[in-house]
Amino acid sequence: MRVLRWTRTSRLFAGATVAIAVLLAAVPLVFESDVVQKLTNLLILVLLAAMWNALAGYGGLLSVGQQAFIGMGAYGTIFFAGFGVSPYPAMVMATVVAGVISVPISFLALRLRAAQFAIGMWVIAEAISILVRLDQNLGAGTGISLIQLNQYAPNFRQAYTFWLALGFTVMFLSALFFLLRSPLGLSLQAIRDDEDAARSLGVRIAARKRLLFVLAGFGCGAAGVLIGANTLFIEPGSIFSVQWSAYMIFMVLVGGLGTFEGPILGAILLFGIQTTFTQGGPWYLVGLGATAALFALALPRGIWGTIEERLGLRLLPVGYRVVETKGEERTA
Amino acid sequence: MTIVNAIVQGIFLGAFYAVLACGLSIMFGVMRIINLAHGDIAVLGAYVVFVIVQSTGMSPFAAFIAALPVMIVLGYVLQLTILERSLKSGILTPLLATFGLSIVIQNLLLIRFSPDVRSLGGEAGAITTSSWQVTSGLSVSALGIVILVVAVVVFGALQLFLSRTRIGWMMRATAEDADAAELAGIDSRGMYARATALAVAIAALGGLFLAIRSVFDPLSGPTQLIFAFEAVVIGGMGNLWGTLLGGLALGVAQTVGAQVNPEYSALAGHLLFLAVLVLRYGGGRVSLRLAR
Amino acid sequence: MTLLRVEDLDCRYGLLQAVRGVSFEVAQGETVALIGANGAGKSTLLRAIAGAHRPHGGRVVFDGADVTSMPAHRHVSLGVALVPEGRRLFPSLTVEENLRVAEARRGRWNVQSVLEVFPLLQPRRHMAAANLSGGEQQAVAIGRALMSNPRVLLLDEVSLGLAPIVVDAVYRSLAGIISEGTTVLLVEQDLARALKVAGRVICVLEGRIVLEGEAASLDRDQVVNAYFGLKRPA
Repeated sequence: MRVLRWTRTSRLFAGATVAIAVLLAAVPLVFESDVVQKLTNLLILVLLAAMWNALAGYGGLLSVGQQAFIGMGAYGTIFFAGFGVSPYPAMVMATVVAGVISVPISFLALRLRAAQFAIGMWVIAEAISILVRLDQNLGAGTGISLIQLNQYAPNFRQAYTFWLALGFTVMFLSALFFLLRSPLGLSLQAIRDDEDAARSLGVRIAARKRLLFVLAGFGCGAAGVLIGANTLFIEPGSIFSVQWSAYMIFMVLVGGLGTFEGPILGAILLFGIQTTFTQGGPWYLVGLGATAALFALALPRGIWGTIEERLGLRLLPVGYRVVETKGEERTA
Repeated sequence: MTIVNAIVQGIFLGAFYAVLACGLSIMFGVMRIINLAHGDIAVLGAYVVFVIVQSTGMSPFAAFIAALPVMIVLGYVLQLTILERSLKSGILTPLLATFGLSIVIQNLLLIRFSPDVRSLGGEAGAITTSSWQVTSGLSVSALGIVILVVAVVVFGALQLFLSRTRIGWMMRATAEDADAAELAGIDSRGMYARATALAVAIAALGGLFLAIRSVFDPLSGPTQLIFAFEAVVIGGMGNLWGTLLGGLALGVAQTVGAQVNPEYSALAGHLLFLAVLVLRYGGGRVSLRLAR
Repeated sequence: MTLLRVEDLDCRYGLLQAVRGVSFEVAQGETVALIGANGAGKSTLLRAIAGAHRPHGGRVVFDGADVTSMPAHRHVSLGVALVPEGRRLFPSLTVEENLRVAEARRGRWNVQSVLEVFPLLQPRRHMAAANLSGGEQQAVAIGRALMSNPRVLLLDEVSLGLAPIVVDAVYRSLAGIISEGTTVLLVEQDLARALKVAGRVICVLEGRIVLEGEAASLDRDQVVNAYFGLKRPA
């Protein structure tokens, strides 16, 4: 019996992932502006899905309030740009600030369990949204534009935004990937599987959950920054909307909660649905909500989780595999 | 005098929140489920009443009586289809399933009724507009009194139901130990369904009051849910009278906050909620033990 | 006349098999004791008979009716009541309320008659169950099962966690109930008590029946060997 990290499949796939990332960098050079904008949206969805999964799938923390950080990222950019900081550096600063603010928030939020945590985060998002609404400098209730971006020609602006999105997505996905492969990551899986048993083995639960919470704070802040840069006009009603949580829940539930590849699949699916049903509107949302509920009840492992379970397939080597010396494989 | 008026108005507002919160508290108390679609169900109730009023010309209060059977059946269906299944899975499942349900209800209402804001204040007649000027700085509205009285009656009736009737005991038994309840001959599925039906019916009452005292639209649900949840948490989860007091506290916080600045109203409530969370769950291990 | 019959019962917890191919009968008026070491599967067996555990295979037949997949509350209305391991009273309900929620069938048992059999409960009638002593709780638990006027009374480890003198009192009351003709199937850790109160004894080991016979005619060594699985066939 051997314990393997990398199998042939996962080696192939990891290589393919790096290649895809490199190829994606060329997108703005090849495609037109509106395609680039759409693909930026796809990257934003991937980032959001991965972060929500980090919280819920690996930390057991179901948050219905990540839009707090999304909004903080978007408005943070406006805030710093207002002080004369160049737009793209302002975006990086706003991301950092959103992540840093998540630390004190974590000391309150992480005291709460399950439903209280979920709605508690929602209330925090609402409270922050109200505070923003009261600030005239940030456009109050009507919204505001990142006009400083006008200094760039549209093509360049779209390209820079895309590359920033690509950079953020790769960075956060890699951070999550290496986190999960580390001993820390194993203890996270233990926490998710059985918190009391993990605690009795000495796993320091609180610290690990805080780490995931802050990572998600950074990541969602980055997503918010990108949403602001990609849509140019933001207003509190939509950037702080619980709709973002709805999208994240859909992507992760349908894609596969607690798997690494699942959220990416879910993001691609949602992106596909959004581009097909460009009209959007209520019927499409009814479909999203019903699908999410159905998956929660009937297919809790999501599409990827079910595939992974049935076929014993794992593309990215996050876990270990126990291999019988005869050559038969079983997942760890 | 204005602060006294603010507190009185806050109590009236709080009584409304308490009615909204009552159903949420029942479902949590009996099944340990927080129904994220609770606010939307209240709004759905408002729309059912609205439709009855529009087609028959009845007063909203009479229409509510007619709407009750519909909402009760809805409660049973909700329990037996979605909630029962989600109880068997993990802790996250009921939250996720009811969140999905919430989106579905909001958007179905949007499709059927359009985003127009509506109200039943006019149809409710004189009660919406009458008030008494108690002193120069304090006025008391008829509607406020009605909602306060109804809230106390509802909570009181529930308390009596749970402490004096056999079915009430059976429901509490199921809440405390569903397995042992089954072994004692209690149909736990039936008890859960009754609890949900009761919660939905009272939520619909909340929806009626929302429609009369204010306005509503298909997307009003989440706001009602947040206020209801805040009331439940402020009063102490699993504590029935606590939910009434929590609602009153929330209402007063909001109206007092509005005295400082009308835009601070909801924010004041959020801050009270967060403060209660910090006091009850924060502050380190010592206060946790005391709280137990 | 056979009141209860278990046929080839197979009970699992996930992949763990707790009861394997168990078959036996209980006749009306009999008192049968299930004995065996911890983890042998006795509680699971009782729970399956009471309808609280869905068997993986096999049948439970009560008075001719197949009750295998019925929920526990249906079993109670048919006349099968279990006093669960660990008492499992409803903590915030009073003694009287704990008894009255279990009212199911007509018969000789009601609050008054239960309190007569367990007079120690009389002064505690309106006390919350959480405030009772272990022995008092056990009395209420048995009384609660009796309130449904069962035809078969199942008892799971009523002596667990109680002082011997308290257990004596419980078994005295039990003797009275048995003498009235109630069919009883009980799980008991204490071998001596089990052999004393039961007419027939069934010994369970690792989910299987390894010994069955009249309590009076079984000798001590036979029972001990079966209990611990000594001298098993090769």
